[in-house]
Amino acid sequence: MNIIPEITKKSITDIINNGERIDGRTIDQYRDIQIETGIISKAEGSARVKLGYTQVIAGVKLSIGDPFPDTPNLGVLMTNAEVLPIADPSFEPGPPNEDSVELARVVDRAIRESEMVDLEKLCIEEGKKVWMIFIDLHIIDYDGNLFDAAALAAVSALLNTKIPKVTLKDSEIIMDKEIKEDIALNDEITMSTFVKIGNKMVLDPSLEEEAILDGRLSVGVTKSGKICAMQKGGDNPLLKEDVFEAVNIAIAKSKELINILNK
Amino acid sequence: MIIIVNNNDIREDGRSFDELRSFKIESGVLERADGSAYLELGGNKILAAVYGPKESFIKRLLKSNTGVIKCRYNMAPFSVDDRKRPGPDRRSTEISKITAEALRPALLLENFPNSMIDISIEVIEAEGGTRCAGITAAAAALADAGIPMRDIVVACAAGKVNDEIVLDLSEKEDKEGQADVPVAIMPRTNEITLLQSDGILTEDEFRQAVDLAIKGCHEISKIQKIALKKRYEESL
Repeated sequence: MNIIPEITKKSITDIINNGERIDGRTIDQYRDIQIETGIISKAEGSARVKLGYTQVIAGVKLSIGDPFPDTPNLGVLMTNAEVLPIADPSFEPGPPNEDSVELARVVDRAIRESEMVDLEKLCIEEGKKVWMIFIDLHIIDYDGNLFDAAALAAVSALLNTKIPKVTLKDSEIIMDKEIKEDIALNDEITMSTFVKIGNKMVLDPSLEEEAILDGRLSVGVTKSGKICAMQKGGDNPLLKEDVFEAVNIAIAKSKELINILNK
Repeated sequence: MIIIVNNNDIREDGRSFDELRSFKIESGVLERADGSAYLELGGNKILAAVYGPKESFIKRLLKSNTGVIKCRYNMAPFSVDDRKRPGPDRRSTEISKITAEALRPALLLENFPNSMIDISIEVIEAEGGTRCAGITAAAAALADAGIPMRDIVVACAAGKVNDEIVLDLSEKEDKEGQADVPVAIMPRTNEITLLQSDGILTEDEFRQAVDLAIKGCHEISKIQKIALKKRYEESL
């Protein structure tokens, strides 16, 4: 049992109930966000996101493969997350645990449901060959709120993803690696995560705040301010009013994050 | 004046927007388990079993100040159209995690330090909305096992189909629909213990969906409680 959060819980909660936070932020303020793109030249798209001290590297790799039988005209999109042992003393090597599976699936859901990536344009030959897009999220430093950092990393990596031009000649695929085109994107998504501490929904929880969390809510929002994904986590329940308040803030914050993504 | 309300054309299966699929739940269906429940919701057939509180041979999972729960959501290979490969996958791992989180707030685990409660949800046949049905069944199994609880958790989904917010999506509606919002609550206080959203919704539509899902939860909760009472009426 980790006893530090138990000891700090009361003081952190008291500070938050007064409308302040231990690091001096307001209740609905993000930490400093830094995004670098194109950091890995071998990857077709990449980004490093720093959200406070939390750090995520996202890489997009492409390959040509078979479409799923039920969607013969659509490209394939896959999101995977690895929470690496270098990111936190409690993280262990091995196959993805339920936390990293949840992280990957929630980010995947937001990207997929928003139809941000135009999968139809990733079809090379219907029913036979399509582009497969793999988004791999590497968590390298964990200082709280992996969801928002991972979503920012995935989206900014997609924003700078280039696809080699392919042409179909006598049902043979000819790839010209010299000519690269931007991946077709319809939308951009952002994610805002809240934890309920005391009676407040606190945006962008730090490690200390996440360690004492009562309940967590991540809200995925599209560029037009619609909700595209949502996930509640944590062991304590939330009130309906908490949820609606968080959704409202997430939609407002989305504009701020979209601006940072496109800087 | 007679007003004829015809909602039949809203949904493929003829349900009105706020109508559940046919629903049946029974508790105490397994002999060996400490608690169990069987649930049918539309075409879903789900079994839930609870063992414990007990010792666990995985000692590192136990906690000295509280009990812990372990939850496993599993789909039978024959439960879906294309055979599902047996064993856990990413989807079932996620559902197991959120199911545990949906049930945990109701359990008085602090009464059982150093012990574990095992919850298994087996989907025998799937027809959309298995995670919610699984939670409802598991909560009934926990009550059947006599585990002290603050409330009996219940889950139900709402979603958006043909631009309408509707309750309890069927498999077809889930596939063809625009959004799905599973919700679990503790019905006495309406506190939300599970909430996901999958698909595009405006803020207003989301609020409607949550309200509708909570309404559905209360309806299911009534039947869930009848099932628990019935078990003891019969044994008298």
